[in-house]
Amino acid sequence: MGTPVHFTEIGVAPGRFAGYRAVLASRMRSQRSYRSNFITDLSSSAVVGLIELAEVWLLFHQVTVLGGLTFRQVLLVFGVADLCFSIADLFVGHCDNLPTYIRAGTLDVFYLRPQPLLLQLMTSDISLRRLTRAGIGLASLVIGLSINEIHWSTSTVLLLALTLVCATAIFAAMFVWAAGVQFFLIQGAEFTNAFVYGGRYAATQTAAVWSTPLKVLFGFVFPMALTAYLPALRLLGLPGPAGLPNWLAWCTPLAVLWIWAFALGMWRLGVRHYQGGGG
Amino acid sequence: MSHGTLPVYWRLFVAGFQQQTAYPLAMFGGLVANLTFGFLKVAMLFATVRAAGASVQGYTVGTMSAYIWLSQGMLGSINLNGRIDLADRIKTGDVAVDFLRPVNVQLATVATEAGKAVFALIPRAVPSVAIGSLAVGMTMPRTPAPYLLGAVSLLAGIVISFSTVYLVAVVGFWLIETRGIQIFYMVVSGFFAGLFVPISLFPSWLLAIAQATPFPSMMMYPVDVLTARTTGAAAYGLVGVQFAWLGATLLVGHLLTVVGRRKLEVQGG
Repeated sequence: MGTPVHFTEIGVAPGRFAGYRAVLASRMRSQRSYRSNFITDLSSSAVVGLIELAEVWLLFHQVTVLGGLTFRQVLLVFGVADLCFSIADLFVGHCDNLPTYIRAGTLDVFYLRPQPLLLQLMTSDISLRRLTRAGIGLASLVIGLSINEIHWSTSTVLLLALTLVCATAIFAAMFVWAAGVQFFLIQGAEFTNAFVYGGRYAATQTAAVWSTPLKVLFGFVFPMALTAYLPALRLLGLPGPAGLPNWLAWCTPLAVLWIWAFALGMWRLGVRHYQGGGG
Repeated sequence: MSHGTLPVYWRLFVAGFQQQTAYPLAMFGGLVANLTFGFLKVAMLFATVRAAGASVQGYTVGTMSAYIWLSQGMLGSINLNGRIDLADRIKTGDVAVDFLRPVNVQLATVATEAGKAVFALIPRAVPSVAIGSLAVGMTMPRTPAPYLLGAVSLLAGIVISFSTVYLVAVVGFWLIETRGIQIFYMVVSGFFAGLFVPISLFPSWLLAIAQATPFPSMMMYPVDVLTARTTGAAAYGLVGVQFAWLGATLLVGHLLTVVGRRKLEVQGG
Protein backbone atom coordinates (compact mmCIF):
# COMPACT_ATOMS: atom_id res chain seq x y z
CA MET A 1 0.00 0.00 0.00
CA GLY A 2 1.57 3.24 -1.12
CA THR A 3 0.91 6.61 0.34
CA PRO A 4 -2.11 8.33 -1.18
CA VAL A 5 -1.13 10.81 -3.86
CA HIS A 6 -3.00 14.08 -4.13
CA PHE A 7 -3.66 15.42 -7.56
CA THR A 8 -2.35 18.82 -6.58
CA GLU A 9 1.01 17.22 -5.92
CA ILE A 10 1.30 15.71 -9.39
CA GLY A 11 1.20 19.01 -11.19
CA VAL A 12 -0.90 22.02 -11.97
CA ALA A 13 -4.66 21.58 -12.09
CA PRO A 14 -5.81 20.68 -15.62
CA GLY A 15 -7.10 23.63 -17.68
CA ARG A 16 -10.76 24.13 -18.41
CA PHE A 17 -10.45 22.68 -21.89
CA ALA A 18 -8.01 19.88 -21.11
CA GLY A 19 -10.82 17.31 -21.19
CA TYR A 20 -12.03 18.38 -24.62
CA ARG A 21 -8.47 18.50 -25.94
CA ALA A 22 -7.77 14.99 -24.68
CA VAL A 23 -10.94 13.62 -26.35
CA LEU A 24 -10.20 15.32 -29.67
CA ALA A 25 -6.57 14.19 -29.64
CA SER A 26 -7.63 10.60 -28.99
CA ARG A 27 -10.21 10.79 -31.78
CA MET A 28 -7.59 12.01 -34.23
CA ARG A 29 -5.17 9.28 -33.18
CA SER A 30 -7.82 6.57 -33.48
CA GLN A 31 -8.76 7.64 -37.02
CA ARG A 32 -5.18 7.55 -38.20
CA SER A 33 -4.38 4.22 -36.60
CA TYR A 34 -6.64 2.23 -38.97
CA ARG A 35 -4.52 3.31 -41.88
CA SER A 36 -6.29 1.60 -44.80
CA ASN A 37 -9.73 2.65 -43.55
CA PHE A 38 -8.48 6.20 -43.10
CA ILE A 39 -7.10 6.30 -46.64
CA THR A 40 -10.41 4.94 -48.03
CA ASP A 41 -12.28 7.61 -46.05
CA LEU A 42 -9.97 10.37 -47.27
CA SER A 43 -10.41 9.32 -50.90
CA SER A 44 -14.22 8.89 -50.63
CA SER A 45 -14.42 12.35 -49.15
CA ALA A 46 -12.33 13.79 -52.00
CA VAL A 47 -14.65 12.08 -54.51
CA VAL A 48 -17.64 13.68 -52.74
CA GLY A 49 -16.09 17.10 -53.32
CA LEU A 50 -15.25 16.33 -56.96
CA ILE A 51 -18.75 15.02 -57.72
CA GLU A 52 -20.35 18.08 -56.15
CA LEU A 53 -18.13 20.23 -58.35
CA ALA A 54 -19.02 18.06 -61.37
CA GLU A 55 -22.74 18.61 -60.73
CA VAL A 56 -22.17 22.34 -61.11
CA TRP A 57 -19.78 21.96 -64.06
CA LEU A 58 -22.17 19.67 -66.00
CA LEU A 59 -24.75 22.45 -66.25
CA PHE A 60 -22.11 24.89 -67.50
CA HIS A 61 -21.07 22.20 -69.96
CA GLN A 62 -24.47 22.86 -71.62
CA VAL A 63 -24.67 26.66 -71.31
CA THR A 64 -22.03 29.37 -70.86
CA VAL A 65 -23.91 31.72 -68.55
CA LEU A 66 -26.27 30.54 -65.80
CA GLY A 67 -27.97 32.94 -63.41
CA GLY A 68 -25.69 35.74 -64.64
CA LEU A 69 -22.44 33.92 -63.85
CA THR A 70 -19.92 32.01 -65.97
CA PHE A 71 -18.31 28.76 -64.78
CA ARG A 72 -15.13 30.66 -63.84
CA GLN A 73 -17.15 32.96 -61.62
CA VAL A 74 -19.20 30.13 -60.15
CA LEU A 75 -15.96 28.43 -59.06
CA LEU A 76 -15.63 31.24 -56.56
CA VAL A 77 -19.13 30.62 -55.17
CA PHE A 78 -18.57 26.86 -55.06
CA GLY A 79 -15.12 27.25 -53.51
CA VAL A 80 -16.23 29.43 -50.59
CA ALA A 81 -19.39 27.40 -49.94
CA ASP A 82 -17.77 23.98 -50.08
CA LEU A 83 -14.64 24.96 -48.16
CA CYS A 84 -16.65 26.49 -45.32
CA PHE A 85 -19.25 23.71 -45.25
CA SER A 86 -16.51 21.05 -45.12
CA ILE A 87 -14.75 22.80 -42.24
CA ALA A 88 -18.02 23.11 -40.31
CA ASP A 89 -18.74 19.45 -41.08
CA LEU A 90 -15.23 18.50 -39.87
CA PHE A 91 -15.82 20.10 -36.48
CA VAL A 92 -19.54 19.69 -35.77
CA GLY A 93 -20.92 17.41 -38.52
CA HIS A 94 -21.06 14.50 -36.09
CA CYS A 95 -23.98 16.27 -34.34
CA ASP A 96 -25.84 14.23 -36.98
CA ASN A 97 -25.20 11.18 -34.79
CA LEU A 98 -27.47 12.52 -32.06
CA PRO A 99 -30.56 10.50 -33.14
CA THR A 100 -28.47 7.31 -32.84
CA TYR A 101 -27.42 8.27 -29.30
CA ILE A 102 -31.01 9.12 -28.37
CA ARG A 103 -32.43 5.87 -29.78
CA ALA A 104 -29.72 3.73 -28.18
CA GLY A 105 -30.07 5.57 -24.86
CA THR A 106 -26.34 6.33 -24.82
CA LEU A 107 -26.95 10.08 -24.69
CA ASP A 108 -27.59 9.77 -20.96
CA VAL A 109 -23.89 9.07 -20.44
CA PHE A 110 -23.14 12.63 -21.55
CA TYR A 111 -25.34 13.90 -18.75
CA LEU A 112 -23.12 12.22 -16.15
CA ARG A 113 -20.16 14.43 -17.02
CA PRO A 114 -19.79 17.90 -15.52
CA GLN A 115 -19.55 19.61 -18.91
CA PRO A 116 -22.18 21.35 -21.08
CA LEU A 117 -23.98 18.81 -23.25
CA LEU A 118 -23.64 20.73 -26.52
CA LEU A 119 -19.93 21.36 -26.02
CA GLN A 120 -19.41 17.67 -25.28
CA LEU A 121 -21.32 16.62 -28.36
CA MET A 122 -19.42 19.07 -30.57
CA THR A 123 -16.06 17.96 -29.25
CA SER A 124 -16.96 14.25 -29.11
CA ASP A 125 -15.36 13.66 -32.48
CA ILE A 126 -13.51 15.35 -35.33
CA SER A 127 -13.86 13.94 -38.82
CA LEU A 128 -10.39 14.26 -40.29
CA ARG A 129 -11.56 12.49 -43.45
CA ARG A 130 -13.34 15.72 -44.44
CA LEU A 131 -9.94 17.36 -44.93
CA THR A 132 -9.72 16.16 -48.53
CA ARG A 133 -13.16 17.54 -49.31
CA ALA A 134 -12.16 20.87 -47.80
CA GLY A 135 -9.10 20.63 -50.05
CA ILE A 136 -11.33 20.46 -53.15
CA GLY A 137 -13.21 23.54 -51.92
CA LEU A 138 -9.95 25.38 -51.21
CA ALA A 139 -8.57 24.50 -54.65
CA SER A 140 -11.76 25.79 -56.34
CA LEU A 141 -11.56 28.97 -54.30
CA VAL A 142 -7.89 29.59 -55.13
CA ILE A 143 -8.49 28.91 -58.83
CA GLY A 144 -11.62 31.08 -58.74
CA LEU A 145 -9.70 33.94 -57.13
CA SER A 146 -6.85 33.74 -59.63
CA ILE A 147 -8.75 33.40 -62.94
CA ASN A 148 -11.32 36.11 -62.25
CA GLU A 149 -10.64 39.83 -62.42
CA ILE A 150 -10.85 41.07 -58.86
CA HIS A 151 -9.83 44.58 -57.88
CA TRP A 152 -7.82 43.78 -54.78
CA SER A 153 -7.91 46.30 -51.97
CA THR A 154 -8.03 46.25 -48.20
CA SER A 155 -11.79 45.99 -48.29
CA THR A 156 -11.89 42.99 -50.66
CA VAL A 157 -9.33 41.11 -48.53
CA LEU A 158 -11.33 41.99 -45.43
CA LEU A 159 -14.57 40.85 -47.09
CA LEU A 160 -13.04 37.52 -48.11
CA ALA A 161 -11.67 36.86 -44.62
CA LEU A 162 -14.95 37.90 -42.99
CA THR A 163 -16.90 35.67 -45.39
CA LEU A 164 -14.80 32.57 -44.73
CA VAL A 165 -15.19 32.93 -40.96
CA CYS A 166 -18.90 33.81 -41.02
CA ALA A 167 -19.88 31.19 -43.61
CA THR A 168 -18.21 28.47 -41.53
CA ALA A 169 -20.06 29.72 -38.44
CA ILE A 170 -23.38 29.73 -40.33
CA PHE A 171 -22.95 26.14 -41.55
CA ALA A 172 -21.92 25.03 -38.05
CA ALA A 173 -25.08 26.60 -36.62
CA MET A 174 -27.14 24.63 -39.15
CA PHE A 175 -25.82 21.38 -37.68
CA VAL A 176 -26.58 22.60 -34.16
CA TRP A 177 -30.22 23.61 -34.70
CA ALA A 178 -30.79 20.37 -36.61
CA ALA A 179 -29.41 18.44 -33.63
CA GLY A 180 -31.75 20.31 -31.25
CA VAL A 181 -34.77 19.35 -33.34
CA GLN A 182 -33.77 15.66 -33.24
CA PHE A 183 -34.97 15.49 -29.62
CA PHE A 184 -38.49 15.93 -31.01
CA LEU A 185 -38.14 14.02 -34.28
CA ILE A 186 -36.20 10.89 -33.18
CA GLN A 187 -36.85 9.16 -36.52
CA GLY A 188 -37.13 12.19 -38.77
CA ALA A 189 -33.55 13.30 -39.44
CA GLU A 190 -34.41 13.69 -43.10
CA PHE A 191 -36.55 16.69 -42.21
CA THR A 192 -33.52 18.65 -41.03
CA ASN A 193 -31.28 17.18 -43.74
CA ALA A 194 -33.50 19.06 -46.18
CA PHE A 195 -32.16 22.32 -44.77
CA VAL A 196 -28.65 21.34 -43.66
CA TYR A 197 -27.64 19.48 -46.83
CA GLY A 198 -30.20 21.23 -49.00
CA GLY A 199 -28.65 24.42 -47.63
CA ARG A 200 -25.18 23.33 -48.71
CA TYR A 201 -26.54 22.58 -52.18
CA ALA A 202 -28.27 25.98 -52.23
CA ALA A 203 -25.11 27.77 -51.05
CA THR A 204 -23.17 26.55 -54.10
CA GLN A 205 -25.86 27.81 -56.51
CA THR A 206 -26.35 31.16 -58.17
CA ALA A 207 -29.25 32.51 -56.13
CA ALA A 208 -30.39 34.62 -59.11
CA VAL A 209 -32.19 31.53 -60.47
CA TRP A 210 -34.25 31.06 -57.29
CA SER A 211 -37.99 31.65 -57.03
CA THR A 212 -39.20 34.10 -54.36
CA PRO A 213 -40.00 31.38 -51.74
CA LEU A 214 -36.48 29.96 -52.17
CA LYS A 215 -34.99 33.45 -51.81
CA VAL A 216 -36.90 33.89 -48.53
CA LEU A 217 -35.96 30.41 -47.26
CA PHE A 218 -32.30 30.23 -48.30
CA GLY A 219 -31.60 33.95 -48.55
CA PHE A 220 -32.87 35.05 -45.16
CA VAL A 221 -34.34 32.31 -42.90
CA PHE A 222 -31.30 30.09 -43.46
CA PRO A 223 -28.88 32.68 -44.87
CA MET A 224 -27.24 30.44 -47.47
CA ALA A 225 -27.01 33.09 -50.21
CA LEU A 226 -24.91 35.18 -47.81
CA THR A 227 -22.31 32.46 -47.30
CA ALA A 228 -20.82 32.49 -50.79
CA TYR A 229 -22.99 33.84 -53.60
CA LEU A 230 -23.38 37.46 -52.48
CA PRO A 231 -19.76 37.82 -51.28
CA ALA A 232 -18.62 36.42 -54.65
CA LEU A 233 -20.78 38.96 -56.50
CA ARG A 234 -19.29 41.73 -54.36
CA LEU A 235 -15.73 40.52 -55.06
CA LEU A 236 -16.48 40.34 -58.78
CA GLY A 237 -18.13 43.77 -58.75
CA LEU A 238 -21.46 42.39 -60.05
CA PRO A 239 -24.93 43.58 -58.95
CA GLY A 240 -27.21 41.25 -56.99
CA PRO A 241 -30.51 39.87 -58.31
CA ALA A 242 -33.90 41.27 -57.27
CA GLY A 243 -34.32 41.06 -53.49
CA LEU A 244 -30.66 40.25 -52.82
CA PRO A 245 -28.51 43.40 -53.26
CA ASN A 246 -24.78 42.68 -53.14
CA TRP A 247 -24.10 44.99 -50.16
CA LEU A 248 -25.73 42.25 -48.09
CA ALA A 249 -22.34 40.54 -48.42
CA TRP A 250 -21.18 42.79 -45.57
CA CYS A 251 -24.07 41.64 -43.38
CA THR A 252 -22.81 38.10 -42.80
CA PRO A 253 -21.95 38.85 -39.12
CA LEU A 254 -25.63 39.72 -38.58
CA ALA A 255 -26.59 36.46 -40.28
CA VAL A 256 -24.23 34.62 -37.93
CA LEU A 257 -25.87 36.27 -34.90
CA TRP A 258 -29.35 35.37 -36.12
CA ILE A 259 -28.61 31.74 -37.06
CA TRP A 260 -26.68 31.04 -33.84
CA ALA A 261 -29.47 32.56 -31.75
CA PHE A 262 -31.88 30.29 -33.61
CA ALA A 263 -29.56 27.28 -33.24
CA LEU A 264 -29.02 27.72 -29.49
CA GLY A 265 -32.74 28.37 -29.00
CA MET A 266 -33.61 25.13 -30.80
CA TRP A 267 -30.96 23.29 -28.83
CA ARG A 268 -32.34 24.53 -25.49
CA LEU A 269 -35.88 23.58 -26.48
CA GLY A 270 -34.70 20.12 -27.47
CA VAL A 271 -32.71 19.50 -24.30
CA ARG A 272 -35.65 20.61 -22.13
CA HIS A 273 -37.94 18.28 -24.02
CA TYR A 274 -35.63 15.30 -23.54
CA GLN A 275 -36.87 12.85 -20.91
CA GLY A 276 -33.92 10.47 -20.81
CA GLY A 277 -33.43 7.04 -22.32
CA GLY A 278 -35.06 5.20 -19.41
CA GLY A 279 -31.75 3.66 -18.39
CA MET B 1 -39.44 -26.07 -49.52
CA SER B 2 -41.02 -26.53 -52.96
CA HIS B 3 -44.60 -25.86 -51.95
CA GLY B 4 -45.36 -22.39 -50.76
CA THR B 5 -41.90 -20.90 -51.38
CA LEU B 6 -43.13 -17.91 -53.30
CA PRO B 7 -45.73 -16.92 -50.65
CA VAL B 8 -42.91 -16.74 -48.05
CA TYR B 9 -41.08 -14.02 -49.97
CA TRP B 10 -44.38 -12.38 -50.79
CA ARG B 11 -45.20 -12.31 -47.07
CA LEU B 12 -41.78 -10.82 -46.29
CA PHE B 13 -42.44 -8.19 -48.97
CA VAL B 14 -45.80 -7.38 -47.34
CA ALA B 15 -44.17 -7.32 -43.87
CA GLY B 16 -41.59 -4.82 -45.09
CA PHE B 17 -44.40 -2.73 -46.55
CA GLN B 18 -46.33 -2.77 -43.27
CA GLN B 19 -43.25 -2.07 -41.15
CA GLN B 20 -42.86 1.33 -42.77
CA THR B 21 -46.38 2.44 -41.82
CA ALA B 22 -45.05 2.72 -38.24
CA TYR B 23 -42.87 5.74 -39.04
CA PRO B 24 -45.15 8.50 -40.36
CA LEU B 25 -42.89 11.29 -39.08
CA ALA B 26 -39.88 9.82 -40.86
CA MET B 27 -41.93 9.70 -44.05
CA PHE B 28 -42.99 13.33 -43.56
CA GLY B 29 -39.36 14.35 -43.03
CA GLY B 30 -38.41 12.55 -46.21
CA LEU B 31 -41.15 14.34 -48.13
CA VAL B 32 -39.94 17.75 -46.90
CA ALA B 33 -36.42 16.84 -48.05
CA ASN B 34 -37.72 15.71 -51.45
CA LEU B 35 -39.60 18.96 -51.96
CA THR B 36 -36.76 21.25 -50.81
CA PHE B 37 -34.21 19.59 -53.06
CA GLY B 38 -36.85 19.40 -55.81
CA PHE B 39 -37.43 23.15 -55.87
CA LEU B 40 -33.67 23.85 -55.79
CA LYS B 41 -33.26 21.49 -58.77
CA VAL B 42 -36.16 23.22 -60.52
CA ALA B 43 -34.40 26.57 -60.11
CA MET B 44 -31.05 25.41 -61.50
CA LEU B 45 -32.28 23.06 -64.24
CA PHE B 46 -35.07 25.31 -65.53
CA ALA B 47 -32.52 28.15 -65.72
CA THR B 48 -30.23 25.83 -67.68
CA VAL B 49 -33.00 24.92 -70.16
CA ARG B 50 -33.92 28.59 -70.63
CA ALA B 51 -30.29 29.71 -70.97
CA ALA B 52 -29.82 27.05 -73.67
CA GLY B 53 -32.83 28.43 -75.58
CA ALA B 54 -35.94 26.45 -74.53
CA SER B 55 -34.36 23.02 -74.90
CA VAL B 56 -31.24 21.25 -73.65
CA GLN B 57 -30.43 17.74 -74.97
CA GLY B 58 -34.11 17.29 -75.81
CA TYR B 59 -35.35 18.43 -72.39
CA THR B 60 -37.91 21.24 -72.34
CA VAL B 61 -39.01 22.94 -69.14
CA GLY B 62 -41.99 20.54 -68.97
CA THR B 63 -40.03 17.31 -69.45
CA MET B 64 -37.23 18.56 -67.16
CA SER B 65 -39.89 19.12 -64.50
CA ALA B 66 -41.19 15.57 -65.01
CA TYR B 67 -37.62 14.24 -64.60
CA ILE B 68 -37.08 16.30 -61.43
CA TRP B 69 -40.28 15.33 -59.62
CA LEU B 70 -40.29 11.67 -60.61
CA SER B 71 -36.66 11.26 -59.56
CA GLN B 72 -37.29 13.13 -56.29
CA GLY B 73 -40.33 10.97 -55.65
CA MET B 74 -38.37 7.76 -56.23
CA LEU B 75 -35.69 8.85 -53.78
CA GLY B 76 -37.42 7.23 -50.82
CA SER B 77 -37.67 3.92 -52.64
CA ILE B 78 -34.29 3.53 -54.32
CA ASN B 79 -31.37 2.68 -52.04
CA LEU B 80 -28.69 5.21 -52.96
CA ASN B 81 -26.96 5.29 -49.58
CA GLY B 82 -25.58 1.74 -49.58
CA ARG B 83 -26.87 1.08 -46.06
CA ILE B 84 -28.74 -2.11 -45.26
CA ASP B 85 -29.40 -3.85 -41.91
CA LEU B 86 -27.82 -7.07 -43.19
CA ALA B 87 -24.37 -5.43 -43.18
CA ASP B 88 -24.52 -5.07 -39.37
CA ARG B 89 -25.78 -8.63 -38.98
CA ILE B 90 -22.81 -9.94 -40.96
CA LYS B 91 -20.41 -7.80 -38.93
CA THR B 92 -21.76 -9.06 -35.60
CA GLY B 93 -22.27 -12.64 -36.80
CA ASP B 94 -26.05 -12.48 -36.19
CA VAL B 95 -26.47 -13.53 -39.82
CA ALA B 96 -25.68 -17.08 -38.65
CA VAL B 97 -29.23 -17.15 -37.24
CA ASP B 98 -30.60 -16.02 -40.61
CA PHE B 99 -28.84 -18.94 -42.28
CA LEU B 100 -30.65 -21.35 -39.94
CA ARG B 101 -34.05 -20.22 -41.21
CA PRO B 102 -35.65 -22.20 -44.04
CA VAL B 103 -35.52 -19.24 -46.43
CA ASN B 104 -32.90 -17.97 -48.82
CA VAL B 105 -31.12 -15.08 -47.02
CA GLN B 106 -30.54 -13.13 -50.22
CA LEU B 107 -34.12 -13.34 -51.51
CA ALA B 108 -35.58 -12.70 -48.05
CA THR B 109 -33.44 -9.57 -47.62
CA VAL B 110 -34.24 -8.19 -51.06
CA ALA B 111 -37.97 -8.98 -50.68
CA THR B 112 -38.25 -7.24 -47.28
CA GLU B 113 -36.33 -4.17 -48.42
CA ALA B 114 -38.35 -3.98 -51.66
CA GLY B 115 -41.56 -4.11 -49.59
CA LYS B 116 -40.40 -1.12 -47.52
CA ALA B 117 -39.42 0.69 -50.71
CA VAL B 118 -42.74 0.13 -52.49
CA PHE B 119 -44.57 1.45 -49.42
CA ALA B 120 -42.46 4.62 -49.53
CA LEU B 121 -43.91 5.38 -52.97
CA ILE B 122 -47.24 6.22 -51.31
CA PRO B 123 -46.18 8.89 -48.78
CA ARG B 124 -43.22 10.21 -50.77
CA ALA B 125 -43.54 9.69 -54.52
CA VAL B 126 -47.23 10.52 -54.87
CA PRO B 127 -47.12 13.83 -52.91
CA SER B 128 -43.78 14.85 -54.49
CA VAL B 129 -45.12 14.39 -58.00
CA ALA B 130 -48.49 15.96 -57.12
CA ILE B 131 -47.02 19.05 -55.42
CA GLY B 132 -44.34 19.45 -58.08
CA SER B 133 -46.80 19.25 -60.95
CA LEU B 134 -49.22 21.67 -59.28
CA ALA B 135 -46.47 24.17 -58.46
CA VAL B 136 -44.49 24.24 -61.71
CA GLY B 137 -46.35 21.93 -64.12
CA MET B 138 -44.87 18.96 -65.94
CA THR B 139 -45.16 17.28 -69.31
CA MET B 140 -46.25 13.65 -69.06
CA PRO B 141 -47.25 11.16 -71.78
CA ARG B 142 -50.96 10.92 -72.70
CA THR B 143 -50.98 7.27 -73.74
CA PRO B 144 -51.10 4.30 -71.34
CA ALA B 145 -48.10 2.40 -72.79
CA PRO B 146 -45.30 4.41 -71.09
CA TYR B 147 -47.04 4.04 -67.72
CA LEU B 148 -47.47 0.27 -68.05
CA LEU B 149 -43.88 -0.35 -69.13
CA GLY B 150 -42.80 2.38 -66.70
CA ALA B 151 -44.35 0.54 -63.75
CA VAL B 152 -42.35 -2.58 -64.64
CA SER B 153 -39.22 -0.47 -65.07
CA LEU B 154 -39.78 1.32 -61.75
CA LEU B 155 -40.21 -1.94 -59.86
CA ALA B 156 -37.12 -3.37 -61.54
CA GLY B 157 -35.18 -0.22 -60.60
CA ILE B 158 -36.20 -0.56 -56.94
CA VAL B 159 -35.20 -4.23 -56.78
CA ILE B 160 -31.87 -3.62 -58.60
CA SER B 161 -30.93 -0.99 -56.02
CA PHE B 162 -31.38 -3.57 -53.23
CA SER B 163 -29.79 -6.49 -55.09
CA THR B 164 -26.76 -4.21 -55.62
CA VAL B 165 -26.63 -2.94 -52.02
CA TYR B 166 -26.83 -6.60 -50.98
CA LEU B 167 -23.48 -7.07 -52.74
CA VAL B 168 -21.99 -4.24 -50.65
CA ALA B 169 -23.20 -6.01 -47.49
CA VAL B 170 -21.96 -9.53 -48.32
CA VAL B 171 -18.46 -8.28 -49.08
CA GLY B 172 -18.48 -8.01 -45.27
CA PHE B 173 -17.92 -11.79 -45.09
CA TRP B 174 -14.34 -11.01 -46.11
CA LEU B 175 -13.81 -7.42 -44.97
CA ILE B 176 -15.89 -7.33 -41.73
CA GLU B 177 -15.97 -3.49 -41.89
CA THR B 178 -17.70 -2.43 -45.12
CA ARG B 179 -18.24 1.24 -44.24
CA GLY B 180 -15.61 2.40 -46.75
CA ILE B 181 -17.34 0.58 -49.63
CA GLN B 182 -20.75 1.72 -48.42
CA ILE B 183 -19.64 5.36 -48.46
CA PHE B 184 -18.10 4.92 -51.90
CA TYR B 185 -21.40 3.43 -53.13
CA MET B 186 -23.29 6.38 -51.64
CA VAL B 187 -20.98 8.88 -53.33
CA VAL B 188 -21.10 7.50 -56.87
CA SER B 189 -24.60 5.94 -57.00
CA GLY B 190 -26.61 9.17 -56.93
CA PHE B 191 -24.34 10.83 -59.47
CA PHE B 192 -24.48 7.96 -62.00
CA ALA B 193 -28.18 7.27 -61.31
CA GLY B 194 -28.86 10.79 -62.59
CA LEU B 195 -30.05 12.22 -59.29
CA PHE B 196 -28.81 15.80 -59.66
CA VAL B 197 -28.24 16.06 -63.41
CA PRO B 198 -29.85 13.70 -65.97
CA ILE B 199 -27.12 11.52 -67.47
CA SER B 200 -27.93 12.62 -71.03
CA LEU B 201 -26.39 15.98 -70.05
CA PHE B 202 -23.08 14.19 -69.35
CA PRO B 203 -20.26 14.49 -71.89
CA SER B 204 -19.97 11.24 -73.89
CA TRP B 205 -16.99 9.80 -71.96
CA LEU B 206 -18.75 10.28 -68.63
CA LEU B 207 -22.00 8.92 -70.05
CA ALA B 208 -20.14 5.77 -71.15
CA ILE B 209 -18.82 5.28 -67.60
CA ALA B 210 -22.30 5.77 -66.13
CA GLN B 211 -23.84 3.27 -68.56
CA ALA B 212 -21.26 0.67 -67.57
CA THR B 213 -22.66 0.69 -64.00
CA PRO B 214 -26.01 -0.58 -62.65
CA PHE B 215 -26.86 2.90 -61.27
CA PRO B 216 -28.79 4.37 -64.26
CA SER B 217 -30.97 1.22 -64.15
CA MET B 218 -32.09 2.22 -60.64
CA MET B 219 -33.41 5.69 -61.40
CA MET B 220 -32.61 7.21 -64.80
CA TYR B 221 -34.05 4.43 -66.99
CA PRO B 222 -37.36 4.15 -65.10
CA VAL B 223 -37.74 7.94 -65.34
CA ASP B 224 -36.90 7.88 -69.07
CA VAL B 225 -39.51 5.16 -69.69
CA LEU B 226 -42.22 6.74 -67.49
CA THR B 227 -41.84 10.18 -69.06
CA ALA B 228 -41.72 8.69 -72.58
CA ARG B 229 -38.35 10.31 -73.19
CA THR B 230 -37.49 6.84 -74.47
CA THR B 231 -40.30 5.03 -76.33
CA GLY B 232 -40.95 1.97 -78.48
CA ALA B 233 -38.20 -0.57 -79.02
CA ALA B 234 -35.65 1.65 -77.26
CA ALA B 235 -37.82 1.65 -74.12
CA TYR B 236 -38.02 -2.15 -74.18
CA GLY B 237 -34.24 -2.07 -74.66
CA LEU B 238 -33.79 -0.06 -71.42
CA VAL B 239 -36.01 -2.46 -69.50
CA GLY B 240 -33.98 -5.32 -71.01
CA VAL B 241 -30.77 -3.71 -69.72
CA GLN B 242 -32.42 -3.41 -66.29
CA PHE B 243 -33.33 -7.10 -66.23
CA ALA B 244 -29.78 -7.99 -67.27
CA TRP B 245 -28.43 -5.99 -64.28
CA LEU B 246 -31.05 -7.53 -62.01
CA GLY B 247 -30.01 -11.05 -63.09
CA ALA B 248 -26.30 -10.25 -62.84
CA THR B 249 -26.47 -8.68 -59.38
CA LEU B 250 -28.69 -11.48 -58.04
CA LEU B 251 -26.36 -14.15 -59.47
CA VAL B 252 -23.19 -12.53 -58.09
CA GLY B 253 -24.97 -12.01 -54.77
CA HIS B 254 -25.94 -15.68 -54.67
CA LEU B 255 -22.36 -16.82 -55.39
CA LEU B 256 -20.87 -14.45 -52.80
CA THR B 257 -23.40 -15.70 -50.23
CA VAL B 258 -22.56 -19.36 -50.87
CA VAL B 259 -18.80 -18.79 -50.70
CA GLY B 260 -18.92 -16.14 -47.97
CA ARG B 261 -21.03 -18.30 -45.69
CA ARG B 262 -18.03 -20.62 -45.29
CA LYS B 263 -15.87 -17.63 -44.36
CA LEU B 264 -18.29 -16.47 -41.67
CA GLU B 265 -16.79 -16.28 -38.24
CA VAL B 266 -19.10 -15.79 -35.31
CA GLN B 267 -17.39 -14.04 -32.44
CA GLY B 268 -18.05 -15.09 -28.85
CA GLY B 269 -19.95 -18.03 -27.46
